Amino acid sequence: MKNFGGHVLFLDRADINTDEIIPAKYLTEIAREALQPYLLESLTLDGFDPKRDIPGKQVVISRANFGCGSSREHAPWALEVNGIRLVIAESFARIFRQNMFNCGLLVVELPCDTIARLFTDYARGETFATADVARGVIQIRTGTKAEEISFRLSDFDRQLVEAGGWLEYADARY
Amino acid sequence: MGQTVAEKIFETHVVDRPAEDVWVIRLDAVLCHEITTPTAILDLMRLGKDRVFDPSRIKAVIDHVTPAKDSNTATQGKVLREWARRHHITDFFDIGRNGVCHALFPEKGFIRPGYAVIMGDSHTCTDGAFGAFTPGVGTTDLAVGILKGVCAFRRPQTMKITLTGELPQGVFAKDVILSVIGRIGVDGATNRIVEFDGPVVQRMNMEARMTLCNMTVEAGGTCGICYADAITADYLWEHIRGEYPDKAAAAADFRKWWPDPDAVYEKTIVHDVSGLEPVTTFGQKPDNVRPVREMEGTPIDQVFIGSCTNGRMDDLRSAARVLAGRKVHPHVRGIVCPATTKIFSEALEEGLIRVFTDAGFCVTNPTCGPCLGMSTGVLAEGEVCASTSNRNFNDRMGRGGRVHLMSPATAAASAIAGHITNSELYKA
Repeated sequence: MKNFGGHVLFLDRADINTDEIIPAKYLTEIAREALQPYLLESLTLDGFDPKRDIPGKQVVISRANFGCGSSREHAPWALEVNGIRLVIAESFARIFRQNMFNCGLLVVELPCDTIARLFTDYARGETFATADVARGVIQIRTGTKAEEISFRLSDFDRQLVEAGGWLEYADARY
Repeated sequence: MGQTVAEKIFETHVVDRPAEDVWVIRLDAVLCHEITTPTAILDLMRLGKDRVFDPSRIKAVIDHVTPAKDSNTATQGKVLREWARRHHITDFFDIGRNGVCHALFPEKGFIRPGYAVIMGDSHTCTDGAFGAFTPGVGTTDLAVGILKGVCAFRRPQTMKITLTGELPQGVFAKDVILSVIGRIGVDGATNRIVEFDGPVVQRMNMEARMTLCNMTVEAGGTCGICYADAITADYLWEHIRGEYPDKAAAAADFRKWWPDPDAVYEKTIVHDVSGLEPVTTFGQKPDNVRPVREMEGTPIDQVFIGSCTNGRMDDLRSAARVLAGRKVHPHVRGIVCPATTKIFSEALEEGLIRVFTDAGFCVTNPTCGPCLGMSTGVLAEGEVCASTSNRNFNDRMGRGGRVHLMSPATAAASAIAGHITNSELYKA
């Protein structure tokens, strides 16, 4: 199982689509590593600069319907080759969510008001978050503030994360 | 308790229930193109699992960038081509015989009522127009599909959208689906299958039904589904004639893939199309929809008619009806892209290609290229495209470019006017 924790990149917008996460013109790359420089290059978000804001981040916190649009698994890959293995949001598009678990990566859905509060309490400073998959808990801290937030993970999603992905799981089973 | 279409397909295809809400189902076909499949192929090779579950159930096409535009895209084509040969995948369609996957594979008869089909492409939801379960998936699901012929899904929730009323003149399936997305929002159908029902759908031909189902993913839907009937049987007839005595028998058999009368829907929406006007998008989300009338006069630089949404014969006919005897505005570049080789040939025979070229349109070979800013129609910074495709996302057709989605008739009228306008102004 992969490690899910690190410094947080806050993306304060709903409906961030996979074209914004990794534009289609880079889908001509076959190797995942080649996507590394282009993560979130087309994101429409005031004050966001991918070159400045992405390095050193391992967790994304965002709003509703994250990863909508295209089915490209290049979106999770572009996150992973930048060291981001955990995305926390209010909700996810189906294919993006499945692609993350299929790659052995983790998405965590939290209620709208919890997400809103995380933005209010943590988005301004340097914030660190970790997911404890076994306990189903997110630990988040910044400066003097810290807390634990529990989350739900279905048995199947947990098995995919523990197996390292769907290919590994399915090949052992079918 | 009665079942929805998807529930019937799940129950007849299930091979495992690894968890309470998860169904692993058997796939009738696994569809592949050169953008998302090569990585799956290379992953399988690296793991020592370069195998396919059944070559006759795998279909592959080179459609996104064709002809190849650079070394990268040439390599993607090469990986797919060599893999298809190595595994004796005979339903492989290269340039000269290819087409946009969601137009080509239905045209070849590969999508049948009651089928479960996946493809590494979000617009696979188009194929549900045949009464099938056809979700788009990512590369890992595709790799497992290729290797094992199965895919895992959470329990299907279905919403039903009943389309009532009469489509007014100049209003098409594209306007209907845009208006539905505008109503329910870009996550209005997330994690749900959308069954389209009602007299408007019953009267639609397969091309219009495919347009309708094509954009369900723009509302987050897993796939659209229309009930397979006599119109479906007629479309598929050359491929199924050996299996049924006549079309009526085929249509009667397809009824087993209709929902039960007491099927349970998570949500039901009645959408009356009678007062619907031609619509287009503003902004950068497909649910930013408003009447063309309110966008009248928006300047455009390019018009694109094509894509898996609107690149079929009916779409070309409706654009050509508007363009016949007229010229594209001098400030506008017109690009029309028949979605398959067969459609290109039919358009040639019907004289549509001549209408487009006389009007000053460039007619390209079948490709997905312009829709996602990959080739044959990329926008420059600040340019605006009136497009019959499916996504108006930021940078979708080129960095700094903007896209307005609309029907082929509206796009053709806008090409003549040089700005967004209603096709009724150009009635013959």
